[in-house]
Amino acid sequence: MNWWLKRTGQALFTIWAVITISFALIRGLPGDPGSRIREQAQRHNPSMSQSALERMIEARIPASYDDPIHVAYWEYLTSVAQGDLGYSTFRQAEVAPEIAAVLPWTILIMSLSMALMFSLGLALGALMAYKEGSRFDTALTGVSIFFNSIPYYVAAVLLIAVLGYRLSVFPARGTHSDATDPGLSLHFVFDVLYHATLPTLSFVVTGFGIIALTMRGNSIQTLGEEYIRVARLRGIPDRRIALRYVGRNAILPMWTTLLISIGFMFGGAIILEEIFQYRGMGWLMFRSIEHNDIYLMMGTFLIVTIAVVISLWIADATYGWLDPRIKSGDDSESY
Amino acid sequence: MTVNRTDESADDRTGSGDDGSRFDGSALYGTETSESDATDEYRADGGQMFAESEFTEVTTSQRLSEVFTQSIYEPFVVAWEDWRTKVGLTIISLYLVIGTIAWVSTSEFLVLDRITIIEPARGDGPIRLAPFQDWSYPLGTDMIGRDLLAAMIHATPRMLQMILAGAVFATALATVVGTLAGYKGGLTERSLMTISDVLMTIPGLPLVIVLIVLIDPSSPYLIGIIIVVNAWAGLARTIHSQVLTIREHSYVEASRTMGVGTPTIIRKDVLPNLMPYILINFTSMARRVIYDSVALYFLGVISVQTIENWGVMMNIGYENNALVIPEVSHLLFVPMIFVVGLSFGLILFSQGTDRLFNPRVRARGSNSKKTDDDEEITTGGGAL
Repeated sequence: MNWWLKRTGQALFTIWAVITISFALIRGLPGDPGSRIREQAQRHNPSMSQSALERMIEARIPASYDDPIHVAYWEYLTSVAQGDLGYSTFRQAEVAPEIAAVLPWTILIMSLSMALMFSLGLALGALMAYKEGSRFDTALTGVSIFFNSIPYYVAAVLLIAVLGYRLSVFPARGTHSDATDPGLSLHFVFDVLYHATLPTLSFVVTGFGIIALTMRGNSIQTLGEEYIRVARLRGIPDRRIALRYVGRNAILPMWTTLLISIGFMFGGAIILEEIFQYRGMGWLMFRSIEHNDIYLMMGTFLIVTIAVVISLWIADATYGWLDPRIKSGDDSESY
Repeated sequence: MTVNRTDESADDRTGSGDDGSRFDGSALYGTETSESDATDEYRADGGQMFAESEFTEVTTSQRLSEVFTQSIYEPFVVAWEDWRTKVGLTIISLYLVIGTIAWVSTSEFLVLDRITIIEPARGDGPIRLAPFQDWSYPLGTDMIGRDLLAAMIHATPRMLQMILAGAVFATALATVVGTLAGYKGGLTERSLMTISDVLMTIPGLPLVIVLIVLIDPSSPYLIGIIIVVNAWAGLARTIHSQVLTIREHSYVEASRTMGVGTPTIIRKDVLPNLMPYILINFTSMARRVIYDSVALYFLGVISVQTIENWGVMMNIGYENNALVIPEVSHLLFVPMIFVVGLSFGLILFSQGTDRLFNPRVRARGSNSKKTDDDEEITTGGGAL
């Protein structure tokens, strides 16, 4: 219970810290986003009265620039807490619903890649450990190292060039084809997965190697443990030994890798979405940079961070199931 | 392991403070190691023991050379046995040589001003020449006739500066924070580790993008540092947990009881043990700087002053439809090869040196032959 409180407290503290950073960055920026909204409004609707204009700006900016800094900070904090992330001058709409519309796509790519990358890496790693020293092991070690040294966006570009354009096997851009109607039809789901193939593949191809290598090392180490020998002597079936005795213990130290990859992949998705013109958080973030749209930019940053914090919290929460020792609290440190 | 031990009685000196306890300590010592060598007549008296330890004080240069042997030379010899270290180091040195050539060629510093080995890329060649056609432009040219090879070479120094700044900043900060938190404990530990935890959770790339857009840096050093702005936190965390085990060792406790100050203990007792780990993580930080900086240049987040950057070249290729037009595809692939090459070298190096971490392999020392392959890969090094 204590551990839960601590972990949740840390998550909330992180979110607060990020909101504060984002506030500091917005305040530290030269220029007043209010004046941009004013310009835009006057261009589109010159007949608007001064007071109506002021009211509109007031509504669109989470924290006024005229207030003293602590008042503005409090204002920003409360409006963000209520889901008001400001107004996007580029999309001409509230930031929060804009982000909510694209967030699922990023999460889709991220979780797909993560699941594939880890299952492939863990399976290959275990297999390599089992056939340690064989030609299969040596070859796969080399392949893993090589693929791991390719940046994921380079892989993305190559995949687009070969599978997207030369062979035209997979769509090179977009989240789904225009012809299919969004909905929970089987057709739409397939179409979405079809479009997600290349972005996912870019992550999986470049990321599975290090996981396989780490898993291989861990498994080999676990295989040498005394309790494995005891289990064999007791006549426990190989399958059970492989899964329960070796597998579980070899996966444990990889938990940190998993935690690090969550943040890494959310970040990486931002780059990939721009390359694939995939309309997720990253795509939106790049548009905000292009159009110098500060609230949209900070909004995407905030939401990506909060998404990572929540994923980490969930991941940590499920760790107790993997390693019962975590419940006791003190052993949570991984060496 | 430690470097400031001058005689073998060090570990038993923990009780020596005032006269009474000094007597106890030496008496205890006498009974425990009565079979050891012939210095017993000195040790019958506690004062003599101290006098002895004073004139066997090691000099700074001796200590430095010992630190060098233990934490750099010996691990290096162990690591060098692995083919991955050899290949990795060769690749890295190749890039360093390229970087130096480019730096000498453009430098305006005294004599170097007059030496130009390779001219910076100018737009005076044939347009869109494919690689390996004309040997005065080995890797071909871009749309306005700039030599690709020269551009690649002259991109290297800035890249290396970026990598150096980022990796040095991250590892140094992580080491300071990690060791301080791990050794001091208490409030220092709690506050430093909370900060690290928070920074660790913030996804790096979005934060870096936001910072770069807002600051708009042009110095390669600054860009390198911004890229690792929160990457050091994860490293600080792992160093912290390593220090937690090291601080429990008896020699550290001995130093503490002798009244040696915290900075000295960290420097002399704790850091030498961490050196190999820090070196390995230096390379993974370097890779991170390469990945992120090239990506940011490629996507145009960092504002560009020059074409001489691998990411910028990739961007030019991409913008010129190198993906669909085979005739210009080299604009995209040549810089890619340079990026992947350096990254490959670094990853090989860190995979090869990884075994330094395995205490069993390390204990066998530099001369012993490795008999089994068990410990080839122990940790992934977080090299994602």
